[in-house]
Amino acid sequence: MERSSSAGGDGRGARPTAHELARYEALFAARTRGMKSSAMREMMALTERPEVISLAGGLPDTSTFAPELYARLMAEVAAESTARALQYGPTEGMAATVGCIVEVMAAEGTPVDPADVIVTTGGQQVIDLVCKTLIDPGDVIVAEAPTYPGAVPTFSAYQADVEQIEIDADGMPIDELEAALDRLQSEGRKPKFIYTIPNFQNPGGVTMSLARRRRLVEVARERELLILEDNPYGLLRYEGEPLPTLYSLDAAAVGRGGASDLVIYLGTFSKILSPGLRLGWAVAPRPVLEKLNLGKQGSDLCSSPITQMFVAAYFAEPGTGSSESAWIEYVERLRKLYLRRRDVMLESLEEHFGGRASWTRPEGGLFIWATLEGNVDTTDLLARAKGVAFVPGRAAYVDGGRGSSSMRLNFAGVPDEDIREGIRRIGSIMGSDTGLLGTLTGSPSAPSRQPDTGTEELAPMADIVALPRRDAQDPARPARRRRDR
Amino acid sequence: MNAASKVAVLKGGGSLERTVSLRSGARVQQALSRLGHEVIAIDAGQDLVAQLHEHRPDVAFVAMHGGAGEDGTVQGLLEVIGVPYTGSGPAGCMRSTDKALAKYLLREAGIPTPDFTAVKESAIKELGVASALGDIERRLSLPLVVKPASQGSALGVKFARSSEELPGAIVGALSYDSKAVIERYVKGRDLAVSVLDAESPEDAPMALPVVEAIPREEEFYNYESRYEIGMTTFVCPAELPPETTKLAQELALATYELLGCHGVARVDLMLDGDTGELSVLEANVGPGLTETSLLPLASDAAGIGFDELVERILQSAFTR
Repeated sequence: MERSSSAGGDGRGARPTAHELARYEALFAARTRGMKSSAMREMMALTERPEVISLAGGLPDTSTFAPELYARLMAEVAAESTARALQYGPTEGMAATVGCIVEVMAAEGTPVDPADVIVTTGGQQVIDLVCKTLIDPGDVIVAEAPTYPGAVPTFSAYQADVEQIEIDADGMPIDELEAALDRLQSEGRKPKFIYTIPNFQNPGGVTMSLARRRRLVEVARERELLILEDNPYGLLRYEGEPLPTLYSLDAAAVGRGGASDLVIYLGTFSKILSPGLRLGWAVAPRPVLEKLNLGKQGSDLCSSPITQMFVAAYFAEPGTGSSESAWIEYVERLRKLYLRRRDVMLESLEEHFGGRASWTRPEGGLFIWATLEGNVDTTDLLARAKGVAFVPGRAAYVDGGRGSSSMRLNFAGVPDEDIREGIRRIGSIMGSDTGLLGTLTGSPSAPSRQPDTGTEELAPMADIVALPRRDAQDPARPARRRRDR
Repeated sequence: MNAASKVAVLKGGGSLERTVSLRSGARVQQALSRLGHEVIAIDAGQDLVAQLHEHRPDVAFVAMHGGAGEDGTVQGLLEVIGVPYTGSGPAGCMRSTDKALAKYLLREAGIPTPDFTAVKESAIKELGVASALGDIERRLSLPLVVKPASQGSALGVKFARSSEELPGAIVGALSYDSKAVIERYVKGRDLAVSVLDAESPEDAPMALPVVEAIPREEEFYNYESRYEIGMTTFVCPAELPPETTKLAQELALATYELLGCHGVARVDLMLDGDTGELSVLEANVGPGLTETSLLPLASDAAGIGFDELVERILQSAFTR
């Protein structure tokens, strides 16, 4: 086995001495201490083999995009705009691309002024730039628990103190947010922004209710906090009515020329078109936008004009059937495809996890969050799993301790057969794990799946945490809480 | 300097230490090229044997960590194909990589090692090990460390502070291997001694300077963080009394001999904080070779540069 010290990197021919290693240590910034290459990452790297069915990635299915269209649009960009495509672009993004973004925002029910938009290199850059703009070491970010695993290293790199609020079927409970804010205030700590994924949360799969959205915006206004609204999947809704974005709620309430002055909105082309383009955007209050722009200049000057021009060309493409635009038709296709895959995964979970786990039933997006009964650590489960991968729940918690019995499952990126087989494989190793633990602790092993009496049959259903709006419709019923605290 | 050879560098593979092995391998390739050898890089997967047949190397440099590259599997395969290879042979690999076997052998030979027992998954299922947990606790006393018998990844290492935590720790460790070692936790200083074969096969192997691993943030009983990259600072030579250094090196050499290691190995030891006694935790026949690994650090402190280290390990393929 290997053990090594923290100085990383691949030397090219140089032979570092012990003295040099010590020198690197002395030169590294304090923030690199928070950047560790985790053993879990090593394990995830192992799952990137062809024989492994991966339900782990955040991947959309890009094989659904028409190759001829991609080739033709790229050829058009290449032939008609060679010099511009190969040149630097403006930091805030090209006007034509911003125009496409305004179109997407309109489809999200959120009219925006193009002057409030900045094009970024993926949505991930928005998270980075917002931290760069707002976070000094030790500043507090309030996030959901669990939260987007990819945001955690960014928060750590800026030495933020992350306060996580446990979510339920309706997203972040605002009373608990307020309690946390009160506590932080009494400790003399002021949060800078609240990070939330209101639609089909990653990894939780739940959607924030309208009442909570309204209240969240109010709370942020009362306490003079910013909100970072991460909405990569808003258009990928498979059922239920779309809910207004936090940005639009605030803009409507405040009415300052239709712009919000406390919500920074994060959007991306990654899930509705392609993550390979590396194009996202932020819509932000002007003073924040200016800082984001300056921050972006320091990071990468501008996002790739080549892919920006591709997006502009694509958005100009007329539809062939149901819609005026090809991009809207494509999103509709994705919705149909992912809806089916979601249902396949839900069915498979019922069959192979039934009675031994609870899971969310997302109305859109890419992810289902499953929480296992008993004391099963999903990181260990992944090690035991040969031939199937998922994201262990711990990755979605900053402290790395909670979430150990949960897992994130992506239903969008692989075909139906793989979803069924992948869930079957996880179910079978779960059985061996809980069986072993039961034997060791002397407790009866986990109940066999598919109980056959009428009352028990309801049990797995009752544990599903995101039955749409049930809690909202029935005020007498307490909100069902996640089990993984 | 020996004559230039055609060297296959075996790296990667499917173990939990795959990415580190890729880095070790890349660095070994560079050193071998500088030394004038012809290098063939092989990521040990489905086509390992096919690649060896195709390229017909003079020698294989095994730069794999964990899994088949360290448990004797790859070594046995190389023998049957007829390619000389670096490091320990199949038996030495098996004796070292199976921590349970290694510790039983150490105990029989009178080399100090923390009290322990080993549990197989099959024994839990078939022999009612559950009823023995109380005996294990009494015999070894809490807190206990539970590790997969043949795994080097930090993920498998579990810590049981109480009786309630022991079953979960065992099941967790057994996710990484069919056998787990349950060991008495020794609080103290974490040392490593690398052993390198002498240049001449007639001379005895040499112990390199002692490396000490110091956790950066002292968290009580946070055993797992010790294995987490970036959580530890390494000091070489370790600041120890000369007699402790000497004893650590002697124990490492005795372990190396006992387990039948060849070429190179790294022996991990604990210096008990209360009693001041040294004990051997395990031997690693596939030590890391990255810029920040312990073996190159120790070798450097002994005045042996990386290229020379690589050449010496390479020559061990021909002195078996």
